[in-house]
Formats: sequence, structure tokens, C-alpha cells
Amino acid sequence: MPQPRPTSCCSRTPASTVADTLVSAPARRSARGGGVRRRTGTAYLFLAPFLVLFCVFVLYPAISGLWISLHIWNPLLPNQPFVGLKNYVDLFVPGSLTSGDFWQSMGNTGIFTIASVPFLLVIPLVVAAMLNQKIRGGAVYRGIFFAPYVLGVAVVGVIWKYLLDPQLGVVNHVLGALGLPSDIPWTVDVPWAWISLVGVTVWWTMGFNTVILLAGLKGISNDLYEAASLDGAGTMRKFFSVTLPGLKPVLAFVTTVTILASANMFGQSYLLTKGGPGHATRTAIMYIADEGLSQNQMGAASAMSYVLFLVLAIISIVNFRLQRDRSQS
Amino acid sequence: MTATIPRATTTASVPQQAQPRRKARRTPVATIVLYVVLTLLALAIVVPLVWIVLTSFKTDFDAINTPLNPIPHPFTLNAYQTLASGQQPIFLWFLNSLAAGVLQTVLILITASAGAYALARLEFAGKKIVFGVIVATLLVPPVIFLIPNYLTVQSLGWLDSIWAITIPGSAGAFGIFFLRQFFVGLPPEIEEAARMDGAGDFRIFWQIVLPLSRPALATLAVLSFLNNWNDFLWPVYVLLSPEHQTLQPGLAVLQGAYSTHFGIVMAGALIASVPVLILFTIAQRQIVDSVASSGVKG
Repeated sequence: MPQPRPTSCCSRTPASTVADTLVSAPARRSARGGGVRRRTGTAYLFLAPFLVLFCVFVLYPAISGLWISLHIWNPLLPNQPFVGLKNYVDLFVPGSLTSGDFWQSMGNTGIFTIASVPFLLVIPLVVAAMLNQKIRGGAVYRGIFFAPYVLGVAVVGVIWKYLLDPQLGVVNHVLGALGLPSDIPWTVDVPWAWISLVGVTVWWTMGFNTVILLAGLKGISNDLYEAASLDGAGTMRKFFSVTLPGLKPVLAFVTTVTILASANMFGQSYLLTKGGPGHATRTAIMYIADEGLSQNQMGAASAMSYVLFLVLAIISIVNFRLQRDRSQS
Repeated sequence: MTATIPRATTTASVPQQAQPRRKARRTPVATIVLYVVLTLLALAIVVPLVWIVLTSFKTDFDAINTPLNPIPHPFTLNAYQTLASGQQPIFLWFLNSLAAGVLQTVLILITASAGAYALARLEFAGKKIVFGVIVATLLVPPVIFLIPNYLTVQSLGWLDSIWAITIPGSAGAFGIFFLRQFFVGLPPEIEEAARMDGAGDFRIFWQIVLPLSRPALATLAVLSFLNNWNDFLWPVYVLLSPEHQTLQPGLAVLQGAYSTHFGIVMAGALIASVPVLILFTIAQRQIVDSVASSGVKG
């Protein structure tokens, strides 16, 4: 993929750098005043290798994808007829070839996002707050919690496919040994499959959010806590009056990134449930990739990817507005 | 005079105790609860991984019939021998993953560092636009590029080759964005002194900026390698023949071929994990160093 990040669930970029620039870009100093002479030719020479790659594999596809989405684009056919907005319209006409499956996959993506994001925020927040206490071995705990994140989704997927196997898996055997039901269909029936997908994702990526939130917590001045203590605030009071407000920018960033990562989920479903039972856990990315690259319906699949993009953009904007309004009130 | 410390904060780095922690006034019970909860969580991460390692040394019969006993009985290397026999060429996949990871990392380091130098240290026409467009693409979901890039790679004749899984991936905005942040933080004085001595841009870039940026370059190298090593969706669709797979799509192949031979699949998962876990262990230290050593005295 043209983005240097994993295409699977948890594609993320280092938090503070992105957040800093998005916030401070307009305010960044114009390098060393006006006395410096412009070196446009030199600059583009330095930029050339990157810009060539960037134009071919990032800019061009972002635009040519729109063009493809206006066609019945099947590489196996002799020509690719232009159909205007038909691929988009079809998505909104009940009973068309694509609309049912597409919106089911969008709904599945929504279920996964709504089910996973709260856990991916609350658990890391609690863990980060614990790691921010004065404890021994904090760095070791942090390292352990983060470790699964460096494993690929394929590794995580096959490991948990085995552990959660309904007949032969360790998890059901452990449950049986504890006198609990030992026949839970973890990977083959809903809602269990969703529980598995969310659980595995939390296991895999919890450490990532923890590390960012921990950095945020360390950035909150001790003076604020001491002042709160002097005012007689207890632990809970301090958490809600000092920690949460101080963590707001970091929390807003983590929330947005986590929503987008969950909405781009692919590998977990592909490996754990194969999108099943039926298509009950097939996510939007899974459906788009399959439709475009396995079924060769590239025009329709491109149209779907832009609709998904649009939905994600709206969610991001709404989320951003909500965070801003809350910080103003 | 002490210059500001360049920001090189990354996913895996946390400022090391930037300020003295506030004094703990915990009850003993709270302390015990804290350690118990953290340790239980750590076990929830570690136990499945240890279980996988042990299962890879089990016979199929053992893995299926005594799943609750983690200790292999008998201890066997059958899984690894089966993998080595080459029916599924996992060691070839390993080499493919390694080659692709290294190639893409080198490409990113070269193109991103040169580009970031221009964006951070030079004034030129169109700078704001170029930088704005690059940053904007960070926010575009990768799925947008999937089909057009597949067609591009196909028309270049790169399907099923190492080029498909390295070149498009090195075009992303993250590397140049990351290095620019670091380069901007380098003190201008060093560069100005070099310029007075008559050094040109290339010499300043090569002999001053790059050596000063080793920690950031190392961090970017590690992140780029991890990303390429772990990439899954894209290689699943652009790598076609068995001998050209990388480890991640290869694991999905293994799972299909040996669905109930858990030892073999777990051995494969282990082989795919060991390099990144080693890298993670090393890089943790590197990243801490990069924060510690990035204070530049001007």
C-alpha cells in the first residue's frame, strides 16, 4: 500500500508529531526571516525522488480512482464503458447488485467500531494511569503491553484462530476445566465472533494507545495536582478536574485515530472468521478488496471506497467539532 | 546556549521521566491492587505467546488431545522439519520479507531525508502547497489507493514481484513528515556557520544534517521495516505465486494448508514474530537514546 503504515486494523502514525503539525502548521516560524535567498531549483532537486514516487503512487491514484469509479471497469473485458455515476447510484438503490452487500459490510464495520473503540480507549487510559504511578518495573510493563502491536495481523490472527478454535482451542478447554460452557462458537457464530474480533484487537493494539496516553499523562504538570491536593481534592476529583482536561488534546487525537483504525479493519476478520458466518463479519474493506481485486468489479469497488472515505471524513469532522465544542464550554 | 531539543517522539517512546513524579501517597492495599492488576494484564499478553512457542514443539496428537498441558510431551521438532521440507517454502518467504523490508526502508530513508531537508531547511516557491498536499494525504484512508495502485503495478509488470511490495509503499507521506519535524528542530547556527565556510546544500545535508539526525533516521528505519514486514492486505492481492509470498500472507496460506496441524502453523507464526520482537527489544533502547541524545548544544 502506498501508505507506510499497516493497512490492517491499526494503521497509525506517531501521535505527537501529527498532532503538533496539524495544530501548529500555520504558526510555524518562517525559516530564519526574510533575509534568506530562495533556492527553488535546489529544493526541488532534493524533493524530486520523493515527489516522483508520491505523484505516481499517492496523488495519481487518489484522482484516477475517481475516474475508474465512473466506469464499468473490468480488466477481463475488452473495454471499460463509461457509466457516469451509476456505480454510486447503485449503492443507494435497494436491490441493486452491490447495495445490499455493501451496506451490510458497512454495518459490520460500524458494529466493530462501536464495539471496539470504547474498550480501546478506556482500558489503555486505566492502564496508563496505573503506569503513571510511582511503581517499580514500569518500563517493563510498558514494553510487555506494547509488544503485541509489533506483531503483524497475520501472526495475531493465526495465533488466536488456534486458541479460539471452538472444538480444539485452548480457550474453550480452559472454560470447560473451570466448569463453564466449553462449546462457545468463538469464530463461527455471532455475536461470539464479534466478541472474539474485539477481544483480539484489544489484545493486539491496547499497548499502542497506552503508550500515547501515558506520554500525555506525563505532560500534565505536577503543580496542578499539588494545587488540587491543597484544595482538598481526592483521587477521583483530581482525575476528573486535572487529568481529563489536561489529557484532552491527546485523548481527542487517540479517539480519532482509533475510530479510523477500527473502521479500516481487515486482517482480523479475514483470518479469524473469514467474514463469516455467511457475511456477518465481513467488513467494508474486505468487501471492497474482494469486489475489486477478486471479482474484478473495479469501478464499483472504487466507488465504494470513496463512499467509505466520505463517511469516515464526516465522522472525523463531527468528532473534531464535538471535541472542540466541549473544550470551549 | 542550549538549543531546543528536537522532537523525535515516536509511537514507542515516552519522555523518560521529564519531571519528578509526584509523591505516591498510596495505601498498601492500593499498591498491591495496582501490581496485581498490572501483572494479570501482562500475563494476559505473555501467556498466549508462550503457549504458542510451546505448541510449536508439540506433536499434532499432543496439541489436540492435551490442549491444557502447555508442556510438549514428547518434545518434537516435527513442525519445523515439516516447514523445512519445503512443501510450503516458508524460509523463502522469510527471505522475501527480509529483502522487501530492507529495500523499502532504504528507499524511504533516501527519498524522505532528501525531501525533508528541502521542506525543513530551504525556502522555495510552492513550499506551503507541497507540504500541505503531503500532510493532507496522511488523512486519506489507504483503501482509496488499493485499486488504482493495483492497476499501476499491473501495467508496470510488477505484479507478483518484490517491486509491488516495496516501491508503492515507499511513496507515503509519513517518512518525509516525520523527518521534517526533526530537521526543523536542528539549530540554524550550525548550518549558517557551514554556509559561511562555503558549504553548499548537498554538503550541509550530507555532512551536517544527516549525521545529526541519526537517532531520527534509525527510528524511521525501524518503523518502516516493521510496517513492511507486517503488511498484509496489499501482499495478499499483489503476490500470486507460492514462492513469491512474504511471511504475512504466507501465514494465511499455512493456516489453509495445515488447518488442524497446530504445531506447524504456530511454528510459522513464531518464525514470523522473532525478527520483529528482536527489533522491538533493540529499538526500545534506540528510541530512548534518540530522545536523550537529541539535545544539541549550539
